[in-house]
Amino acid sequence: MLGNLSLSVIPFDQPIIIGAVAFMILGGLAVVGGLTYFAKWKWLWTEYLTSVDHKKIGVMYIVIALVMLLRGFVDAVMMRTQLALSYGPDHGYLPAHHYDQVFSAHGVIMIFFVAMPFVIGLMNIVVPLQIGARDVAFPFLNSISLWLTTAAVVLVNLSLFIGEFAMTGWTAYPPLSELPYSPGVGVDYYIWALQIGGVGSLLTGVNFFVTIIKMRAPGMKLMNMPIFCWTALCANMLILGAFPILTVTLALLGLDRYVGMHFFTNDQGGEPMLYVNLFWAWGHPEVYILILPAFGVFSEVAATFSGKRLFGYVSMVWATLAITVLSFIVWLHHFFTMGAGADVNTFFGIATMIIAVPTGVKIFNWLFTMYRGRVRFATPMLWTIGFIVTFTIGGMSGVLMAMPGADFLLHNSLFLIAHFHNVIIGGVLFGAFAGFAYWFPKATGFTLDERIGKAAFWCWLIGFYVAFMPLYVLGFMGMTRRLDHYDNPAWRPWLAVAALGVAIVALGIFFQILQIVVSVRNRAKNRDATGDPWNGRSLEWATASPPPFYNFAEVPVVTGRDAFTTIKEQGGPARPAQFEDIHMPRNTAAGVFVGGFSLILGFALIWHIWWMAVAGALGVFATLLVRASNDDVDYYVPRAEVARIERSHS
Amino acid sequence: MGQKLGAGLLRAAALCLPVSLGGCEMALFDPQGQIGAEEKNLILIAVGLMLLVVIPVIFMALFFAWRYRASNDKATYAPNWDYSSKIEAVVWGAPVLIVIILGAVCWTSTHALDPAQPIASEAKPIDIEVVALDWKWLFIYPDQRVASVNEAAFPVDTPVRFDITSATVMNSFFIPQLGSQIYAMAGMDSKLYLIANAAGVYDGESANFSGSGFSGMSFKALALSNDGFDAWVAKARQSSAQLGDAAYAALAKPSENNPVQYYGEVDPRLFGGIIGEYMKAGMAPICTGAESAR
Repeated sequence: MLGNLSLSVIPFDQPIIIGAVAFMILGGLAVVGGLTYFAKWKWLWTEYLTSVDHKKIGVMYIVIALVMLLRGFVDAVMMRTQLALSYGPDHGYLPAHHYDQVFSAHGVIMIFFVAMPFVIGLMNIVVPLQIGARDVAFPFLNSISLWLTTAAVVLVNLSLFIGEFAMTGWTAYPPLSELPYSPGVGVDYYIWALQIGGVGSLLTGVNFFVTIIKMRAPGMKLMNMPIFCWTALCANMLILGAFPILTVTLALLGLDRYVGMHFFTNDQGGEPMLYVNLFWAWGHPEVYILILPAFGVFSEVAATFSGKRLFGYVSMVWATLAITVLSFIVWLHHFFTMGAGADVNTFFGIATMIIAVPTGVKIFNWLFTMYRGRVRFATPMLWTIGFIVTFTIGGMSGVLMAMPGADFLLHNSLFLIAHFHNVIIGGVLFGAFAGFAYWFPKATGFTLDERIGKAAFWCWLIGFYVAFMPLYVLGFMGMTRRLDHYDNPAWRPWLAVAALGVAIVALGIFFQILQIVVSVRNRAKNRDATGDPWNGRSLEWATASPPPFYNFAEVPVVTGRDAFTTIKEQGGPARPAQFEDIHMPRNTAAGVFVGGFSLILGFALIWHIWWMAVAGALGVFATLLVRASNDDVDYYVPRAEVARIERSHS
Repeated sequence: MGQKLGAGLLRAAALCLPVSLGGCEMALFDPQGQIGAEEKNLILIAVGLMLLVVIPVIFMALFFAWRYRASNDKATYAPNWDYSSKIEAVVWGAPVLIVIILGAVCWTSTHALDPAQPIASEAKPIDIEVVALDWKWLFIYPDQRVASVNEAAFPVDTPVRFDITSATVMNSFFIPQLGSQIYAMAGMDSKLYLIANAAGVYDGESANFSGSGFSGMSFKALALSNDGFDAWVAKARQSSAQLGDAAYAALAKPSENNPVQYYGEVDPRLFGGIIGEYMKAGMAPICTGAESAR
């Protein structure tokens, strides 16, 4: 009846896991209790969960990212403390089967459920506003994307309590991830969480690609778009090209595990290296799906806080496009050490180095945006300057490893770990935090506390260097990744320093939480009445903070780059003589149901509960059928209502 | 020309890197063989070249931010200045130039350091067959007809030809102080030539996660004098254990933190058989560079 599911799969004998689960349940109960106490359920359901408003969907994505950042960070703390302790006769506090789940979950969570939702959340909030649109092209599809991502997040967290997570590393290379070597449900959780979340991401790609191509305000030619929109466009093109590869790859791995096929097995003609190639054919573009929008954030922030036009806009666009194309032809640099010949390795090595050219151009262009500017050191700008310095170092270590001869020594070492954290924390995460601070007033209507935000920045920056520079050294000492124990005395002090760095980062996260709490409490004092708290340059600042649900009462007409700066130079936005009726989509619960049934489907497949899997699949299908037969999905906001709303915040 | 350029750049790079990186605790900066030494030099050259761009960038990031801070009224303010063909030429040109040089270094070094390429030497190479097991390394000496677990010995200043495969999941065979690592994969024979130019005991490890016993999958590589190596072979030969099918099946069972073991006699067909096992009843695996079974 319940497939492989029984009470024995709950790890009651693991105090650490049970403690974590109890903590999560308590947190969940506190949220439920708070919503009940303040009678906010109906508000939550109608204003957020069923909303198809891109801004609210964006906020929900970012909430997911922040919550999962805490979970992924706890994993990081466990790894660093384990390695600070687990030396010689001492084996630390995490047995191998737990430690291996921790580092696998850390990677999966940070990439799929922190970086992705954070970046997609920012795109949701900002892109339609920047192009002067009233929503995305497919608002209901957007809701489905969010709820598929949510279902995937729930699955990953369920694995903590019910069964286990993968013990394969976040890449789940076969044959280790095949049934003979990973007989448990861990890899199945991995497969189905990524499949469901991956479909959500793919639909986002479709949605934003069409939105940016088709829904720009009159006069906003492609070459007039803010750079963030360009980077979002390229990231979504990468999603369209790359995520289907991931879906197929995981489907093939699933066929191996569920019906005994041999795509990637050791025997019967299976080819594990095929998985490795396919995984990175998705995986390398994925890196740019994350970093390009972050580059976009830095471009917006650098121009705004330097009080100056972005230097070299055309170069920026071409550099972004060049990176987009090149990102598909470098995947083999993740496995130079798998025995490819010298010619093949050279090709991929040089292709990788060439990416450093457009990336370098971008960095120079940010520098020359500050040059002859008036630089204000608000928190978004601090993250940007911190990024430029940190990312340059990370880029250098990356190009070093693009050299196959050097990679033969550094592959899979802690040098590699230091490198990709150097670019993902220093690039993607700093970019996400810069965007968070920059657009927070736009999304909520009040600014974040600057003083606490700066404290958080400095803790993160210093903590990052203290935590990861020792990992470069450890890589040179020959320490490889994913060890849970070691005997080399020379490694120990460096691992202790790295653990200290994590503690400093923890302080940074504490300040970030404190910043949100304090800012919400002081929201009346920090209210952004103008809609333009930073003297911004693009159209999102031309409307109120938070914007009305239709974004713009009158669609702006664009004549060039920095559209809002132009409007301000011409004396500010003209008040329309009369308003028009505005066509908007209705909210719908269908997205919630699609996500819920997908969760049931995924859970049932993981535990081989076939009737429940059929029920989940039918549920998704039925929901879509009901939704498709509903013609009442949109409405017009009457001009009188628009006039009333516009008057209320002017 | 490449070498002369390399030597000059190496000197420049050496000046840029802190001296402390040469300390003997840094395995990769304390190579004990020709391959490792060349790879160390490659790292220094590449880092030195990149610092030519990286240092100015970091300096400019901090200097521009400070110089053009909002409170500095003396600095020029040009809010509409957004293009300069000269600056554009430099910001595209400088990285292109560095990448052209790095690309040339990449081409020559990747071909020179191809793991499957024999090392030129007067000494006749010694063959060692390596099998990654859960979770230990099996070393088979086809010419000496002995085998060992978690300890490999070879004469100093003699090229070693490793033929590497796996009877389980992927691992990566790596002796940091000697140089290149390469993956051990079932049904494949990855070739790796290394040489030790100084006698010593070097740490070896698996550099690709392979499951719960992975952390204990370390071994010692003994670079011995010719006499020392002969003595090591004689010691192994004295072991009464023989590595036939039954003993191999017992050894291949998962175990963690294995002690060193020796086998005085080994079935010479064992290695080919291990590779062949994963090739039967199916087509030959696609091999990129790594040769399939002989």
